[in-house]
Amino acid sequence: MAWVSAKNGAKMVKILLNGEEREVTASNLMALIGDLGLDGRKVAVEKNLEIVPRSTYPATQINDGDRLEIVHFVGGG
Amino acid sequence: MDDLFLAPETWSVAGRTFTSRLIVGTGKYKDYAQNAAAARASGAEIVTVAVRRVNLTDPNQPMLMDYVRQDEFTYLPNTAGCFTGEEAVRTLRLAREAGGWNLVKLEVLSDPKTLYPDMEETLRSLKLLVKDGFDVMVYCSDDPVYARKLEEAGAAAIMPLAAPIGSGLGIQNPVTLRIIVENAKVPVLVDAGVGTASEAAEAMELGCDAVLMNTAIAEAKDPIRMARAMKYAVMAGRDAYLAGRMPRKLYADPSSPLAGLI
Repeated sequence: MAWVSAKNGAKMVKILLNGEEREVTASNLMALIGDLGLDGRKVAVEKNLEIVPRSTYPATQINDGDRLEIVHFVGGG
Repeated sequence: MDDLFLAPETWSVAGRTFTSRLIVGTGKYKDYAQNAAAARASGAEIVTVAVRRVNLTDPNQPMLMDYVRQDEFTYLPNTAGCFTGEEAVRTLRLAREAGGWNLVKLEVLSDPKTLYPDMEETLRSLKLLVKDGFDVMVYCSDDPVYARKLEEAGAAAIMPLAAPIGSGLGIQNPVTLRIIVENAKVPVLVDAGVGTASEAAEAMELGCDAVLMNTAIAEAKDPIRMARAMKYAVMAGRDAYLAGRMPRKLYADPSSPLAGLI
């Protein structure tokens, strides 16, 4: 359930981000990626098991209970 | 090759053409800078990469993409760590979104001690990925029967192991590798098990289209020098294969003429 944070009035939602529970205030995916200090051009995002195309980050809402995976490329064989 | 007055030789996988027949991994290096230097020294055009969760506690840690750059190398995302077809599809869909292409490496492992591929699950995963529009280069055992099944299921390339991943044992079974090469219509690459340059050359002399390696370079005392050695070994092996080796004979055959002896 969403509620209003007393501090800044932003809507706070509880999500599961990369397997960890988090409370975030970003209303869309673009803002969330920015808040996390990540570069949106270097990651890929899955929301509730669906791939989120990069072009739709600003329009992708973050809702209570969303399960997000944010991944990138690392070294591997 | 230019110094031999031969046109540069190329190979193709899933409609993409490459000159280098060496694909290198990006794991196990001291750091990404050394990794990038080794990749450059190897002459590789394709590098394998893995897909993992970003580090949320330290978003400023070094990123592979900043060192092994995508304008320099074609990324070949792998499915390392996946044990089922569904996990592989999920991982590579993310990779496709992160990288924007569909050429991928499938590896579905089983036993953590041998890292031997689970061929039954590999074949099932391949079918799921092909259905999803991926061009799949498949890490597999050196079993000619499974190699044929993978090809029939639409593999873009067949990549049998020379020996277990990271073992550096060299080519354990040249006979089955050669049988796979002779029967395949798609590229065959030795993936895993090569330990040093002569073994990379041996893979190419068996008629493989290319060699994929990681640990042999990353865990050499001087990875950059070994990367260069591998580059030339693969070229030498390919040339030797195309040149066609002399027949093996049981007895000697003098190289200097016997006539005209004083």
